[in-house]
Amino acid sequence: MFRYIVRRFLYIIPMLLGISSLSFFIMQLAPGDALTTMVLSPDISDEVLNAMRARFWLDQPPHMQYIRWIQRMMTGDMGHSFLWHAPVTWVIKQRVFNSLLLTVASMILSWIIAIPIGIHSAVNQYSWSDKLLTFIAFIGVAIPNWFFGLLLLYFTVSRGWGFPVGGMTSIDFADFTFWEKVVDLIRHMFLPTIVLTTGTVASLMRYMRSNLLDVLRQDYVTTARAKGLSNRVVVYKHAVRNAINPLITIFGYQLGGLLGGAALTEIVMNWPGIGSLMLSAVQGKDYYLVMGNLVIGAIMLIFGNLIADILLAVSDPRIRYE
Amino acid sequence: MAKTMTEPKQNGHEQTYQDGGAIRSPWKMAWRKLRRHKLAMIGMWVLIVLHLFAIFADFFAPYSELTTDRRRTNHSPTRVHIISPEGKLTRPFIYGYKRVDTVRNIYEEDHTQVYPIRFFVRGDKYSFFGIESDLRLFGVDAPAKIYLVGADRYGRDIFSRLAYGGRRSLFIGIIGLAISMSIGLVYGGTSGYFGGWVDNLMMRIAEVIISIPGFYLLLALSAVLPPGLGSTERFLMITVILAFINWAGLARVIRGMVLSISQQDFVTASEAVGCSQPRIIIRHILPNTMSYVIVNATLAIPGFILSEAGLSLIGVGIQHPDASWGNMLSEALNLTSLTRYPWLLVPGFVIFITVLSYSFFGDGIRDALDPRART
Repeated sequence: MFRYIVRRFLYIIPMLLGISSLSFFIMQLAPGDALTTMVLSPDISDEVLNAMRARFWLDQPPHMQYIRWIQRMMTGDMGHSFLWHAPVTWVIKQRVFNSLLLTVASMILSWIIAIPIGIHSAVNQYSWSDKLLTFIAFIGVAIPNWFFGLLLLYFTVSRGWGFPVGGMTSIDFADFTFWEKVVDLIRHMFLPTIVLTTGTVASLMRYMRSNLLDVLRQDYVTTARAKGLSNRVVVYKHAVRNAINPLITIFGYQLGGLLGGAALTEIVMNWPGIGSLMLSAVQGKDYYLVMGNLVIGAIMLIFGNLIADILLAVSDPRIRYE
Repeated sequence: MAKTMTEPKQNGHEQTYQDGGAIRSPWKMAWRKLRRHKLAMIGMWVLIVLHLFAIFADFFAPYSELTTDRRRTNHSPTRVHIISPEGKLTRPFIYGYKRVDTVRNIYEEDHTQVYPIRFFVRGDKYSFFGIESDLRLFGVDAPAKIYLVGADRYGRDIFSRLAYGGRRSLFIGIIGLAISMSIGLVYGGTSGYFGGWVDNLMMRIAEVIISIPGFYLLLALSAVLPPGLGSTERFLMITVILAFINWAGLARVIRGMVLSISQQDFVTASEAVGCSQPRIIIRHILPNTMSYVIVNATLAIPGFILSEAGLSLIGVGIQHPDASWGNMLSEALNLTSLTRYPWLLVPGFVIFITVLSYSFFGDGIRDALDPRART
């Protein structure tokens, strides 16, 4: 197990090299170089331009530029964002918190909601509540998050539901007391969190339901029932535990998608997270910011998968990694 | 594999009587199973209708994709009447509309003007595969206009644009999937068949692409498209980008299947009789992955459609004035427009119905071809 983890960590290094060179290559495909837009911009002084040029060896051939970029990345310097007039790392750090706030909240909520619903559906298979829930889940999976978001926005505004639409804080946020701030933030988070949660609840619930149905058909469940255990004990103590196990993989994927997964929803719901940052970077041809986002997103995804594999091995003794 | 099995006749002599005791091919069996799947059949018919609607957009749409009308911006959906003012049932007709509020674009029916809906009328000219025509299914006499689901801010008919946009939004899925599936098959097939370091290297390369969040990669790639592209080129480039993002995941699964198939005896047999390696991969191994490929193809198309819609929605996919279901929705991102003109959301419902139909249909196909894969 320990050797496996070490090997997986070592294996991340070539992956990151590949990912970074792919991001770099995409940037090279774009017309002009990272500084083209900056040269045209009146906001950027010549000193900044020259400093950038020296820092990233932009007058050198592409492979040297790449090496330089990687060297810089190692020291935590991802370049300069000319849209924000700030280092890329600083800009990303600002937004990471906002994105995580949303995605972590919706992840926790969706597990809390989906698991009991899935259990209920499986235990009462083919009852009317199961049929209704599965039907809703089917629709929940098929409806695109961003469209659900638009619908919610429409009803919120036209019916006057009173939730803020867009943004993260009210204008006078700075004057609020601590608790007022918390309440304000939650009110702003409400709609985007609902949007993100419904999609995840739908698919999680379907997984939980089918896993539990599989487990309930196993021989050991029959044995447990045969020796006179109550239905409660059979379901909650024996079956559910085994049915949740495969969901750990999904947990890992969700961890990996915490930064990149909510991008469209953030953009549609006007939430100042990483997704909307990426869009403005792409639209503004802010290349270092684009590359930084790609790499950070990829790192999250890789570690999410790694954590999923490790958790799976820890929780299920049948799985052995060499 | 389900392909090689011959199912014993279930309901005895009746069947034998019908097809003379012939052994039904696996495809026929799958089709019979699919036909029994009610939701899948509904999905299939909805999809057929939608695709025909898009292909023959020129005929079904009353106006061309680009016909604007400055006097009818954000026109609300035209009400179609079948009861005449005298209270009798008549052929469908509409009233003329007048704008009563030019700021908020509020239109009201003008009951003095009556325009019957005419069928097979002469409308905007079009050319369909070289056939020049102006025949359209329905329309009303000028100066009135019929907006079945309303108009956008340039006074373009949303119903017509749904038809034309469907050409891009629906076919981007099919074409994109065809590209990424072929790459995935060849790549995964080669990797799985050869194994060893070739496999290792090829899979590591594929994993690099899998490891980048798909939507970010999409955004970054669409950013490098030069701004001066024509609409066809842009459509093709977006399709290629979508295919580029998706092939790696498919390749990985196909590789796994090929790896297990190539252990089987019939592969050893064809090696023994001296088949070349490309022949073994293409003729013997890949056909065995067919049912998986078909099932996954139907289930993967919605992903392509949604990606295109998402990209166009935020303005980096298909560009105005070309219609796509995604970019038609982008007007709805403006909250004022969204609340005043809720019919702007119609393309979203169409996307939703398409995705739902594909997943019903895909579920049915999966049950028919590969019952073990059921989740």
